[in-house]
Amino acid sequence: MKPIQHTQPSPLVRTILLFLIFITLWIQPSSALDGQIQIHDPSTIALCDGKFYTYGTGGTTLVSDDGWTWSRGVTPPRRGMAPDIIHIGDRYYLYIAANIGAQPKAAINMISSKSLNPDSPDYKWEECGVVASSDGVEFCNAIDPGLFLDPTDGKLWMVYGSYFGYIRLVQLDPRTGKRIDPNDKPIDIAINCEASVMIYHDGWYYLLATHGSCCRGADSGYNIRVGRARKVTGPFLDHTGLDMLEGGGKLFVGSGGRVIGPGHFGLIDLGDGVQKFSCHYEADLDRGGASVIDIRPLLWKDGWPVAGDHFKEGTYQIESVRTGTTIELAVEGVPVGGRRVRGPRPAGPGGPGADGGGGGGIFAGQGGVIPSQDVAQVSTSWPAGNIDIRMSNYLCQAQQKWTITSVTNVGGYLGSPYFKITIAGTDRTLAVDEDGELVALPAFSGGPEQLWRLDQLTDGTWRIMPKFALAAKESLAISAIGNSFATIAKFDPTSAKQRWILKTP
Amino acid sequence: MITLRNIRMTAFVVLAGSMFLAMAVAFGNAARNPATSLTRPATAERSPDPRGFIQRWIILEPIPATGLTDSAVQAAVKKEYFPNQLTIIPHDGDKVTVGGTELAWHAVDTSDYNVNLYYFASGFGKPTSNVLFWAVTTINCPQEMPGVRLSIGSNAASVWWVNGKEVIGIYGDRQTVIDDGVSKRLTLKKGPNVIRCAVVNGGGATDFCARFLDGEDEPLTGFTVSVGAVKQP
Repeated sequence: MKPIQHTQPSPLVRTILLFLIFITLWIQPSSALDGQIQIHDPSTIALCDGKFYTYGTGGTTLVSDDGWTWSRGVTPPRRGMAPDIIHIGDRYYLYIAANIGAQPKAAINMISSKSLNPDSPDYKWEECGVVASSDGVEFCNAIDPGLFLDPTDGKLWMVYGSYFGYIRLVQLDPRTGKRIDPNDKPIDIAINCEASVMIYHDGWYYLLATHGSCCRGADSGYNIRVGRARKVTGPFLDHTGLDMLEGGGKLFVGSGGRVIGPGHFGLIDLGDGVQKFSCHYEADLDRGGASVIDIRPLLWKDGWPVAGDHFKEGTYQIESVRTGTTIELAVEGVPVGGRRVRGPRPAGPGGPGADGGGGGGIFAGQGGVIPSQDVAQVSTSWPAGNIDIRMSNYLCQAQQKWTITSVTNVGGYLGSPYFKITIAGTDRTLAVDEDGELVALPAFSGGPEQLWRLDQLTDGTWRIMPKFALAAKESLAISAIGNSFATIAKFDPTSAKQRWILKTP
Repeated sequence: MITLRNIRMTAFVVLAGSMFLAMAVAFGNAARNPATSLTRPATAERSPDPRGFIQRWIILEPIPATGLTDSAVQAAVKKEYFPNQLTIIPHDGDKVTVGGTELAWHAVDTSDYNVNLYYFASGFGKPTSNVLFWAVTTINCPQEMPGVRLSIGSNAASVWWVNGKEVIGIYGDRQTVIDDGVSKRLTLKKGPNVIRCAVVNGGGATDFCARFLDGEDEPLTGFTVSVGAVKQP
């Protein structure tokens, strides 16, 4: 065997290697969140005093002012495994599992407080005792609680269990967070999974649970699966009709991109048709394989939840669901390939102008490939200052292509940073003027009237909201009030006016 | 009670009724075409229809014009064809001379949401292709109405003014779509407000529609529309 030669790389190779290292470091992490986001088994995210909180295994607490940048928070007095939290009335109920011997001998304790904010005088955790347990013999491992307040009747439920046997359902008292009757026999609703949680949508109860193995870094097979039932007690069947009590479960989200092993679903319902979910990845490859939390859009298709992806920066056509027209600068468009007059139709096969197939005349084209429009060329006739915004049929023209990129150091919102929206290849920036109308500024300067929040709605379309209005607690969004005109108006979740399709041009 | 106003109204209605036959001839045969959607106003003022559409206008016979691009239409409407064309409040039967041709203003009511300019022009034996129509109306508001929007559709391109300020321009060869072009928020003053438009048609059908929307994008109906007295043909 030829021995391996260890030699110094050439300067060119070193340069290439340094470049590759730079590129690797520069690549945006797959997980969208910013700050300190390492956590395992995060709870459902709770909102208190304008801040977001989540609690994980081992006492990890993460807190965020905006849902985008996270930091370490104060550990509650009871720490354990895979907590879940629910806010009912004026109290927060935190359920935390603990080994009481060795799993599957385990118990779920509950503590409650009026506040999650350690600076609040109401931040006083009270021990409320055990709400569920397993004796080590029975076919259940009483950890991984998931809370569910049924919106149809106000009943409070908890699912729990982890791999050893059944996922079980018990009813709690919404006034105390405790078991209504500790002697009630738990109901078995799934098997051989963990991190279960229930949600309700459009007449169905959905049980989301994590399958696969955890805690093996990038070798973790964690993935979230779902079944649904007409009754809270099941049976929960997947899309093939397989009962989750027999191992069924439709894949909701698995590993993808640069993140491996999603688990521990948590619903974030923002109302107005906007839902998101939290989870953790067993390994984020862009963060050294650490376990981190993420927040992603929750979509619905054909009666099943679908895991949305983070918004991908890029250049888009912004098309109105209502009108089918797209947002553009109010400038005279130049047809791609140059303006052509409406010519005569060909005389037919063999006739004058016929090309033997596609027809002649105007139908014959110009020959060869027509390149995409060069914005530097066509923008020379655009006004130098502000330009009005309007809508038009999409014709692949430069004034209709918008580049959407995230902006650093301006905060964010649940699961995302703010974005700027500029005409591709230019600094022309979509903004809101002092009269509350859309306008394109000559350049981006970072003001809140130039920053945008993009929320994917549950049908997959997008809501686009200006940051300045969010700061004023106004639910304003870009609204197509005419085929040829868009403005900023109060968001109406029942209307198509404020739903947008972002298409890659 | 017999008042001067009532006498004036009665005379107005009788006069308008006597002119209906002439209008029917001018605007076509009811059995064959929709020109009868246009009639001469029979009242001094009227309300918009329940969906807010303004159904009374005074329209100038068409002026030759070509080009539907932004710049071509803007050039066409900025060209002076007759004195005070952006401020004049015409009366039925008024005449202007454009390029040596005498053109008349005609007051019309439409029974539809839109105004069919094709039959308006053809009814008077005028061309309908490569032409520009000027149309004016006055809406009378019982009180100031802030935060409203003019909302229009036109075949083809059109430019619109409210109380002398240009508020909408839509361009290109297009069909009339309700709420196609919408203005920015504006304020209608108490009393009369003048709405003016120029519609440029390339070929074929041509029409327009217009209404106002309130702050919730709902049709505005709390005003009346008038174009002044209608003269006998």
